[in-house]
Amino acid sequence: MSNNFLRRVDLIFDKDCDFKQVLRNAYKRSNDEIINELLESGLRGRGGAGFPTALKWKFTSEQPDPEKYVVCNADEGEPGTFKDREILFQVPLKIFGGMTICAKVIGAKEGYIYLRGEYRFLLLELENQLQIFHSIIDDLKIPFHIKIVMGSGAYICGEESALFESMEGDRGEPRNKPPYPTVSGFRKKPTVINNVETLVYAFMIFRYGARKFKELGTIDSRGSKVFSVSGDTPKPGIYELELGMTVEQFVQEFGDGDTKAVQVGGASGFCVPRKKFKDTIIGFEGVPTGGSMMLFNSSRSMYNVLKNYLEFFEEESCGQCTPCRVGCQQLKLGIEAVKKGEKHANYLEQLQKLAQTMKITAKCGLGQSVANSFSSIVENFREEMIY
Amino acid sequence: MANQINLTIDGMPITVDEGTTILQAAKKLNIHIPTLCYHDDLCVAGNCRVCVVEMKGSKTLPASCAMPVAEGMEIMTNTIKVRTARKHIIDLLLSEHNAKCTTCYKNGNCELQELASEYKISEPMFIDLVPYKNYQMDAYSPSIIKDDSKCIRCQRCVRTCEELQHVSALGVAYKGAHMKISTFFENPMFEVICTNCGQCVNRCPTGALIERNYVDEVWQAIFDDDKHVVVQTAPAVRVALGEALGMEPGEIVTGKMVTALRRLGFDSVLDTDFSADLTIMEEGFELLGRLKKALVDKDPNVKLPMATSCSPGWIKFIEHTYPEYLDNLSTCKSPQQMFGALAKTYYAQKRNLDPAKIVSVSIMPCTAKKFEADRPEMSSSGYKDVDYVLTTRELAVMIKQAGIDFSALPESQYDSVMGISTGAAVIFGATGGVMEAALRTAYEVVTGREVPFNGLNIALVRGMDGVREASIKIDGTKPEWKFLEGVELKTVVAHGLTNAKRVMDAVREGKGGWHFIEIMACPGGCIGGGGQPIPTNEEIRRKRVEAIYREDAGMPIRKSHENPEVIALYKEYLQEPNSHKSHELLHTHYKARQRY
Repeated sequence: MSNNFLRRVDLIFDKDCDFKQVLRNAYKRSNDEIINELLESGLRGRGGAGFPTALKWKFTSEQPDPEKYVVCNADEGEPGTFKDREILFQVPLKIFGGMTICAKVIGAKEGYIYLRGEYRFLLLELENQLQIFHSIIDDLKIPFHIKIVMGSGAYICGEESALFESMEGDRGEPRNKPPYPTVSGFRKKPTVINNVETLVYAFMIFRYGARKFKELGTIDSRGSKVFSVSGDTPKPGIYELELGMTVEQFVQEFGDGDTKAVQVGGASGFCVPRKKFKDTIIGFEGVPTGGSMMLFNSSRSMYNVLKNYLEFFEEESCGQCTPCRVGCQQLKLGIEAVKKGEKHANYLEQLQKLAQTMKITAKCGLGQSVANSFSSIVENFREEMIY
Repeated sequence: MANQINLTIDGMPITVDEGTTILQAAKKLNIHIPTLCYHDDLCVAGNCRVCVVEMKGSKTLPASCAMPVAEGMEIMTNTIKVRTARKHIIDLLLSEHNAKCTTCYKNGNCELQELASEYKISEPMFIDLVPYKNYQMDAYSPSIIKDDSKCIRCQRCVRTCEELQHVSALGVAYKGAHMKISTFFENPMFEVICTNCGQCVNRCPTGALIERNYVDEVWQAIFDDDKHVVVQTAPAVRVALGEALGMEPGEIVTGKMVTALRRLGFDSVLDTDFSADLTIMEEGFELLGRLKKALVDKDPNVKLPMATSCSPGWIKFIEHTYPEYLDNLSTCKSPQQMFGALAKTYYAQKRNLDPAKIVSVSIMPCTAKKFEADRPEMSSSGYKDVDYVLTTRELAVMIKQAGIDFSALPESQYDSVMGISTGAAVIFGATGGVMEAALRTAYEVVTGREVPFNGLNIALVRGMDGVREASIKIDGTKPEWKFLEGVELKTVVAHGLTNAKRVMDAVREGKGGWHFIEIMACPGGCIGGGGQPIPTNEEIRRKRVEAIYREDAGMPIRKSHENPEVIALYKEYLQEPNSHKSHELLHTHYKARQRY
């Protein structure tokens, strides 16, 4: 790579890995040791929310219920994210391995992969890989079995509790929290649900040790991350990079020389305008991301970008809670009305307040995060909204 | 005892059981938090978000209905953050809502309207979404009208249909902006598994689900000099009507109601309780007949257990869900339809009236009765046996329209014939009542003695548990009933269709060993019917039930077979229970329907 600040990492796709040996070693260790190793690594969830993985496993392991589950969230639906697809395609055994170690810690006998409906083309190969996996763990006498459940194409089913509803055969609607999945998840039983990438990192931490992972990144954002780079860039694709870079560093590497904004974290993420590139760190201390990085150059209308996101949310809200269902419709119609001159420009302030209400009152993360892109785009590109 | 949790709400400390929600805790402190999707009878949904509160240390505002208390929690229910959020949410709901309140059937009785008034929503804050929607109105059903333009998607109806009734005729369709409450393949409610029970109507906070009302048709009939309009009133109406007219739950208003009906202009005010007594005679003897066939004739084709057939919601449920057990239903029509058949035959004859000129109206706690009256099976008098069915709520509307001060009315008596009844009939209105009334009569017919319970009160079959079993040992039989000597008569009572399903599944599995099953479609029986005053909850239903039993205890005659008008009816017209004439007028058969 040409840029000195960006460090390319190769943990995820590294194929030089004795799968069986890593599992055997992990299984020799006590559950406490495994949790401590994970805690030491500082690994946080890679789906976007960033909950410490070790704590998720720990809380679930502490539940007395004998029936528990580990679920891999492979419902990669965030606009601009496509890294899980690649991981599922390239290194599925590592995902299964992460789930197996988790199963040991929490005491699960069954694991599930909830595969995005649009990824059906991966199913056959994944099933083949699962066969190989099951014969390996049979050898190791590990009592664990993984099944794949297909999603049907709803974005909301990537929300963990909606995902459980969908797995149980019900309509994908988020549940009230608490209780959290660690207490009541799939089939209302204690469940660890992790993103595809998180599970692979967990597995790799037991290959290399927490220290190697911890050396990468910053205090708040340890390790590396797989990014899906798209938009106005000469080199779109999937890159595993050390966390802690600024948006400016990122743009220097991936921009086309005319980048005016970067949307970090997809439609539910934040829009960073050029003037803030320098001071914005990509990570939990700055703008968190599940991996989606969309670059926009000066030929793009940010009004159209926002409208596109709002159309997406208006369609993909599950529709059960008021702020999200109606709020998304109002935000979309609202910016259209301002653009057409049917509403005064100061209606944007009214909409900003509405977005804030959505952020604090929506039932789940979807509705709460609509404000992220809305507020950051309206605030930073106000003129483009009006004229 | 549950763990105790200490928290403060609006600065006031309170200690509550672990698992209590913030909403419940606030209620104990007499703090009112507005709600829409919340309902006492249903599981928590947490989807309207109107009940949000501020919680110290949390960036988001949790929904108080769904958030359990935690130690040291500090809750604020009335801050500027909370008020702004609630106002936004109410405004959002209004923007999706066809807010033509003045022409809405629920005007003045709408929870959204109340909330909009409480939060002083004047100028709409947001864009009116109604023109962008393709809202549908389903007005095919004779019982229930569903207007999507009034729906706020709280899903109370969906939860009611699923949890209380195990019918799930209503469900959620589509997502996002297009999300709506709909039916299987979006068919009209008339064509799906809907039992017309109206429990969804009872719980809909707005005008999205209402009964089909026949108020104007009935006024037309009343003011038509050519017509003789008879009205019958169901047992459960008299203990609930007051609620819709400003009185407290549990008041018995029989006498006032009769006066009011007379003032409205009905030509004859009669009582469904009369035909409830008649039902006991027909159904009781039918049960004894089936027992005889089973025990004496050893007839392998006799269908036991026999199930009651008074509840039209239950009838439609069994038609769809357990059609193979249709022959287990008593062939008796419901009291409403027995009355209707007699009104245009026996009554017409007695009063020397042309049946073609009789308009038969019934006041029911029920929306399914509207469907029942429209059934093709229900015209054995040669005419439509019951012309119009009004709910308790519709009667209250008429009383208000007529400018009657209900609470100030004097009491009066029903007309005759077909106006005299017994305590056994009035308890039809509560779950277990038909069973109790049947046992009072059947036991006495068989043994010549009263049922061996203190004051005729068969406490075994009373109560609010979903499924209640009871058995009575029969001994000391009269010679003609000797085959019943020593028999343990096993019964079961269920209310709410979810409980009906439990009983029917047990029957299907060959369990229970019951002889007689009473099932009422609605929670609490007819007193909790889909046509009763809104709101409803367990406490209100309990008060209505208590009133029913008070009414029974105060009646001079408390056994159906002692009703002098029923005795006269048999003597003059029907000869005996289950006679040929009875079968012609008072019995019927139902047909299997598909589930989808």
